[in-house]
Amino acid sequence: MSGFIIEILQVMMLIGLAPMFSGWVKMLKCWSQGRSSASILQPYRDLAKLFSKDVILAENASWIFRFTPYLVFSTAVLAGGIIPMLSTDLPLSLTADVIVLVALFAIARFFTALAGMDIGTAFGGMGSSREMMIASLAEPAMLMAIFTVSLACGSTSLSRIVEVIYSPASIVKPSLVFAFIAFVLIALTETGRIPVDNPATHLELTMIHEAMILEYSGRHLALIEWAGMMKLFLFMAIGAALFAPWGIAYAGAPGSIPLAFGYLILKIGASGIVLVLIETGLAKMRLFRLTEFLGAAFLMATLGMLSFFILE
Amino acid sequence: MLKEAIDNVLGTAAAYTERQFPQSVVSCTVPRERFVDAAKAMKKAYALLAAEWASDETPFGGGFAVYACYRWGSEYLIVRTEVPVDDPTFPSLTKKYVPAYRFERQIHSLMGLVPAGHPDLRPWIKFEDWPQEAYPLRKTFDASKPMLRVNGEYQWARAEGEGVYEIPVGPVHAGIIEPGHFRFQAVGEMIVNLEERLGYVHKGIEKRFESFSWQDGVRLAGRVSGDTTVAHSIAYSMAVEAIAQCDIPERAHWLRALFLERERIANHLGDIGAICNDAAFAFMLYQMMRLKEMLLRTNLKLFGHRFIMDRVIPGGVTADIDENGKKEILKELNLLSKEFERLVNIYDENSSLEDRVRDAGILIPERARELCTVGIVARASGLNLDCRLQNPFPPYDRFEVNVPVLISGDVHARVWARVEEIRESIRIIRFILENIPDGSLSVNIAKPSPDTSGFAAVEGWRGEIIYWVQAGPRGEINRCMVRDPSSVNWLGLEQAIPNNIVPDFPLCNKSFNQSYSGHDL
Repeated sequence: MSGFIIEILQVMMLIGLAPMFSGWVKMLKCWSQGRSSASILQPYRDLAKLFSKDVILAENASWIFRFTPYLVFSTAVLAGGIIPMLSTDLPLSLTADVIVLVALFAIARFFTALAGMDIGTAFGGMGSSREMMIASLAEPAMLMAIFTVSLACGSTSLSRIVEVIYSPASIVKPSLVFAFIAFVLIALTETGRIPVDNPATHLELTMIHEAMILEYSGRHLALIEWAGMMKLFLFMAIGAALFAPWGIAYAGAPGSIPLAFGYLILKIGASGIVLVLIETGLAKMRLFRLTEFLGAAFLMATLGMLSFFILE
Repeated sequence: MLKEAIDNVLGTAAAYTERQFPQSVVSCTVPRERFVDAAKAMKKAYALLAAEWASDETPFGGGFAVYACYRWGSEYLIVRTEVPVDDPTFPSLTKKYVPAYRFERQIHSLMGLVPAGHPDLRPWIKFEDWPQEAYPLRKTFDASKPMLRVNGEYQWARAEGEGVYEIPVGPVHAGIIEPGHFRFQAVGEMIVNLEERLGYVHKGIEKRFESFSWQDGVRLAGRVSGDTTVAHSIAYSMAVEAIAQCDIPERAHWLRALFLERERIANHLGDIGAICNDAAFAFMLYQMMRLKEMLLRTNLKLFGHRFIMDRVIPGGVTADIDENGKKEILKELNLLSKEFERLVNIYDENSSLEDRVRDAGILIPERARELCTVGIVARASGLNLDCRLQNPFPPYDRFEVNVPVLISGDVHARVWARVEEIRESIRIIRFILENIPDGSLSVNIAKPSPDTSGFAAVEGWRGEIIYWVQAGPRGEINRCMVRDPSSVNWLGLEQAIPNNIVPDFPLCNKSFNQSYSGHDL
């Protein structure tokens, strides 16, 4: 029973804190560029503003276009239910393992790409085609990295993986190091950050994710933006859970949830700093360099898997 | 040299005029059928086409006249040909000079003269929903009435074939920039063709000049392109001073140079930052904007306007600088060059940025010459053209201006040309502050005599700005031709883009950073 309460708590935390994390990243970014920043609460205000605005639909928008924001938002919420952020005691993680997680993100991406093409503008189609090109490179690399971790831990269930890595008997394994490097590259890609995509750009022709959602407005846009913030939060949380699981509460120890929460905030906050350092120091890659970038991620994941078989 | 080239080919058919000022700019009238021969002779003499325009000379009792201005080195030569009212055609120069392509479309659209042999007579600057026979630059056109609207359609160039798709961009963009339409034909991400469509900020500036007095015209010139207000005011003022045959005080010249170089630094700083920002390297944008803002605030404090607008007038200047002002600028320059060099270092050593700016948007030197590009764009593509060198006004004749010339013609070359120019401008300003002579700020300008014309070319931060003014029968402004560097450099962008990928366009475009307003007039 307590599992379900934790589950709900965790999802509420995801929905509630994701905008703040986004605000934190923006704040750090401003500071790193020598500017004074908006409040950390600014993303909440932006969301409130968008929710209070009317939705403007293109004349030829079909149900796909209207349906996608809700779907994207729900998949992000669902993903929050299976990633052990606070506790490994998650009833849902028995039914949904890490492959389901990848599939959830893939569904959201699939529908976003469809919605981009649905209204028939040049930018939407362009964004969709770029997104799919990236997906075809990033998803195999993501799966490979995850399989490496699964092999090393003997399970595809995220909770189980965390328990294995977090157990006192666990040691630093070379396969996990490789998988971690691959994961960082993939996370930058999946969340649309520099050097892959620029979340702050106004240049239509360079956009990837933004190009697909260019026609969205009002609450639709709010949901998509919110889901984007959650996705960023989730990737940081997956990284924290898999590669730095300290503090996550075990099954049967609900009392350590507050402590787990504190650890999570610290870990995610720190990951924001790393993210901003990467984003400030790098320019965006030329689009076709992405193949090399994601090729490197795939290579790292494969090396991790090889080193598991050879060394472990 | 250009004059000899004309004489060799046309002999006595070329009639030289004494009514073009300054006299160093040679002007001759040739028969209509020899107009192309003159262009041929100029091409052979290695000259570039600087501008081509038409003037309505019916107030003198004549018809129209078409002018082509050629330049090579420090020489300018204007070839004029008369076009009767009842047969408004003239031979097209497009076969000899590529930039004539747009000049002549513009002449056709706004003055209603038909360039015979021109391959493409779609309207340019003028909109398709304006009546065909509305020619705003003609004297018979009444500018006080609103334009009638008709239905029209613009025919775009098309690329067809398997997998070719079209991306229309603009004129309304997602960012706050000027309006312009770009139509890409692409295969995958590779751009096959780019067609520009400009004219969305056509304000009828050339027509408006004709209802101003010579003195008031400078205020309009200062607003042709807001970011180049100083250079445009100087160019207009110099053209007026030429036609009025008046010399201005030495100190006024030096102050103009000071304003011009400050404008150059401020805009180059902004551009370098904006180019880096288009590669998502926002750090550079904010740092450069900070430095630019510092300059603008000093401008406001010392000269009373952030962009030094309306401080240059025909006859001189209206803002002065005292000892305290000099000290303040010197102090600011020291800070600026220190911080600027640090940022240049960061630019230079960031490999991810370098990967974006190198080999993107290449305008090869041959093409740059063929298109007669000017300014930064030309100097990044191996053309050593700078009016500060070739047509110096004081104090530029007192020292050597070391303008950077690069040959790679890519985005990096255009960034680096700006970096070097900022360094040079800082040096020039220091020289000016040390050596500026005393004297008055302005003199009165006499009214020009009828049927004379004045010419001036000034190196603004984008490049060579040309003004040509013509006095009417009562000594009023009969025609004021404005040639912003953008008029020719936009063609350079169009030619530099094919074979780049679509997401690289904004970066390439920003490295050109041409003015829409200055082009559309």
